[in-house]
Amino acid sequence: MLETLMLSRIQFAANISFHILFPTITIALSWFLFFFKVRFDLTGDPVWMRAYRFWVKIFAITFAIGVVTGITMSFQFGTNWPKFMETVGNIAGPLLGYEVLTAFFLEAGFLGIMLFGIKRVSARVHTLSTLIVAIGTTLSAFWILALNSWMHTPQGHEMRDGVAFPVDWLAIIFNPSFPYRLSHMVIASGLTAAFLVAGISAYRLLKGDDKQAPKLTLKIALSVAMFLTPVQIFLGDMHGLNTLEHQPQKIAAMEGIWHTEKGAPLLLFAIPDEKQRTNHFELAIPKMASFILTHDLDGEIKGLNEFEGNHPPVAPVFYAFRIMVGMGMLMLLISWVSRIQLLRNKPLPGWLLKALVAMSFSGWIATLAGWYVTEIGRQPWLVTGILTVEDAATDIAVGNVGLSLVMYLILYVVIMTAYLHTIFTMANRAVEIEEITDDEKVKPVINTPIIPKESNHV
Amino acid sequence: MFEANSLAVIFVGLMGLSILLYAILDGFDLGVGILLPLSQKDDSDTMIASIGPFWDANETWLVLAIGLLLIAFPAAHSYIFKELYLPTAVLLISLVLRGVAFDFRAKAAFSHKPTWNKVFKGGSLLAAMSQGYMLGMYVMSFENTLVAYAFSLLSALGVAAAYAYIGACWLIMKTEGALQVQAVGWAKKAGIICFIGVLAVSAVNPLINPDVFAKWFAWPTTLYILPLPIICFALFVYSQMQLKLLPAVNDKGCWRPFVCAVIIFTLCFFGLAFSFFPYIVPGKLTIWETASAPESLSFLLWGVIIVVPVIFSYTVFSYRVFWGKVQELRYH
Ligand code: HDD
Ligand code: HEM
Ligand code: HEM
Repeated sequence: MLETLMLSRIQFAANISFHILFPTITIALSWFLFFFKVRFDLTGDPVWMRAYRFWVKIFAITFAIGVVTGITMSFQFGTNWPKFMETVGNIAGPLLGYEVLTAFFLEAGFLGIMLFGIKRVSARVHTLSTLIVAIGTTLSAFWILALNSWMHTPQGHEMRDGVAFPVDWLAIIFNPSFPYRLSHMVIASGLTAAFLVAGISAYRLLKGDDKQAPKLTLKIALSVAMFLTPVQIFLGDMHGLNTLEHQPQKIAAMEGIWHTEKGAPLLLFAIPDEKQRTNHFELAIPKMASFILTHDLDGEIKGLNEFEGNHPPVAPVFYAFRIMVGMGMLMLLISWVSRIQLLRNKPLPGWLLKALVAMSFSGWIATLAGWYVTEIGRQPWLVTGILTVEDAATDIAVGNVGLSLVMYLILYVVIMTAYLHTIFTMANRAVEIEEITDDEKVKPVINTPIIPKESNHV
Repeated sequence: MFEANSLAVIFVGLMGLSILLYAILDGFDLGVGILLPLSQKDDSDTMIASIGPFWDANETWLVLAIGLLLIAFPAAHSYIFKELYLPTAVLLISLVLRGVAFDFRAKAAFSHKPTWNKVFKGGSLLAAMSQGYMLGMYVMSFENTLVAYAFSLLSALGVAAAYAYIGACWLIMKTEGALQVQAVGWAKKAGIICFIGVLAVSAVNPLINPDVFAKWFAWPTTLYILPLPIICFALFVYSQMQLKLLPAVNDKGCWRPFVCAVIIFTLCFFGLAFSFFPYIVPGKLTIWETASAPESLSFLLWGVIIVVPVIFSYTVFSYRVFWGKVQELRYH
């Protein structure tokens, strides 16, 4: 059933793409919040509390959308990809299970205290709850990426009658691409959150907000971005080397290299043409691709023709890779220029603030592009060497998948509009609120009991 | 380590426990959503504040239940959700809408708040009804007949009423004043509808499933299992009597209806579980036919043994922190 397959793919891609937008923010934003809270506990300076209060609200909305769209994901595996669970369920199941047990409950259990409990628990317990939520979101990335990496570079299992059975769990979890994928994703989240914080803070400054909090958060976010962008580029390079070893056909598609060649050029731009198996309008730096991937100007890189009939669609992988790397370069430029300007104690000029506002959601673009490189680059496999996408598809009636897909898409448009609208409404509102309220002036007492007495009665 | 047959039983038990906890916990917060009045502004804020710190953790039990079904009984997961594909989509969409409405209503521009309240209420109602519909189709073995659809629609109403009932009992416990009085009224009405729903499911289930009939009416099992419906009936009567006395001086016994509701939910759940065990897809697949490899299940079981007690303890901690009557929800 070709239509069902296509619709299932579109639906899965739409759902996971929409879901991942929100975790990418929450994973790192929770660490930002933990940092603000610790600084407040240590210094008692109300500006940290201001920063915390503003960002914890944005965190709450983002988290809520992350949770509810995530629930959708856990229903999808069985319905749209029944063969996936039949074939590799023995591996995928426990990894998903550990994610629920260790990560989701941890986040959800302490979220209530983090969001609404500041008056009901001691400062220390509240800070601890914030930390636990941050650990929970990061653990969640750990498990889901262990599974996803295993799908790219499976090991530690054996096949019996076409079904994968686990042999060595440590080998399954710490499969070859996992360290790269996890670190690249966690840093991607750090950058996404940093640019969001920087962008919204810059927006408030542009709107004439002259309070301390947005200036402070802008500075912190830019420092984080300035530090993480080079790290991310370095990690991305390492990730690419790892992929070259395990999935050379993906690298060939990313680089747009058709014939195996020594001293392959780095294509800055081109239009890959899969029918004629060549590129049009190439703009290239000679020998650079070989140099980056093999650290030798004349290193050999396998071309797509070696994998004919068994390599991913070239154009989407090729373009998505350039979008991600392009975003990375733009992030590098903007974060360094703005941070150096601040280091020299100069205020940021209006155009730079506007550029930062424009970059608010740049992390989303890079992250999605990165995921598209990775996932489409795995085609035609769903689990490399074990199961193809086509074999995993469902046999549900086309009409049903089509109907549910349309409902999801409408829903996503509505939520995204409301989300963006709400964030900017909150930023506008923050501009108007007066500087510091009375209860912020009181320094928190660190040694209050875990549950204050007055809230104990029924 | 663990033997394959007992692993299947352990995991179906764990899954049952998560479903039950989900029905009770998300049951009360969906119920509060269903009862949300659209006109009185302050009441709706208080009602939502009473579930604010909990709803996310409550929904995580659904994720665990569905997760365990997927992990331990993958063939049953795909069978059930293929049969229930569209109701599942409706359930998910209503859960999404309700979850985002919860946050947007507090933070969006003030003028949008009534709209988000409606979305919250509608989403809660639709989520409860689609769960009821799915339960009905499950009991009817996913038959594509008019009778099955009609029964499932009835079951949809029944579950919505049951959630409204436990939600109202929650509000009696968590609120005071006029709102509490109103909640008592809701609990009475929803309790009666819920009772009729339970009766209907209990009557239809053995009538259409010969296996279930044989199980309940096999001597001497009947003798052991009979207390279940009797206690359930007694509790319904007792809670209606209690509701007549509420609200009492000093708020005495405000927790009693909620405890009754929890026990009723538990008994009904055990009744259903007893009817179907060891089938996971009624009449078609047993837990042993669908269980995953023992090496996978025992790997996960270690985690369960260590982590689940921890989850219970911090869940209790969180309920203790927010103990007592609701206060205004503020993010600080
Ligand atoms: C890199 C991180 C990452 C990735 C790749 C995914 N998720 Fe996710 N997910 C999270 C990171 C995350 C998170 C940070 O842990 C979330 C977001 C907000 C939240 O509450 O938890 C979350 C929430 C979340 C929830 C709700 C949890 C709850 O009730 O608290 C479910 C059921 C899933 N996810 C399931 C999935 C599935 C089945 C995925 C893959 C197909 C997936 N997620 C990809
Ligand atoms: C453990 C996590 C993940 C699993 C198990 C997973 C699994 C899958 C599956 C089953 C498909 C369908 C095959 C296909 O349509 O080609 C797919 C494709 C896809 N996935 Fe993932 N995925 C995961 C994470 C992600 C994440 C986080 C994203 C982020 C955006 C993502 C993006 C995509 C996209 C865009 C496709 C479509 C590719 C295509 O249709 O060619 N995936 N993945
Ligand atoms: C600028 C230099 C960068 C390089 C060289 C680079 C390299 C890579 C490579 C090679 C992959 C594919 C991995 C595979 O083969 O499966 C990848 C994936 C990915 N990239 Fe990048 N990247 C860069 C920047 C970024 C930035 C700035 C972000 C986001 C803020 C980002 C986010 C991602 C994500 C989310 C994935 C998919 C998950 C994964 O496989 O880790 N990347 N990147």
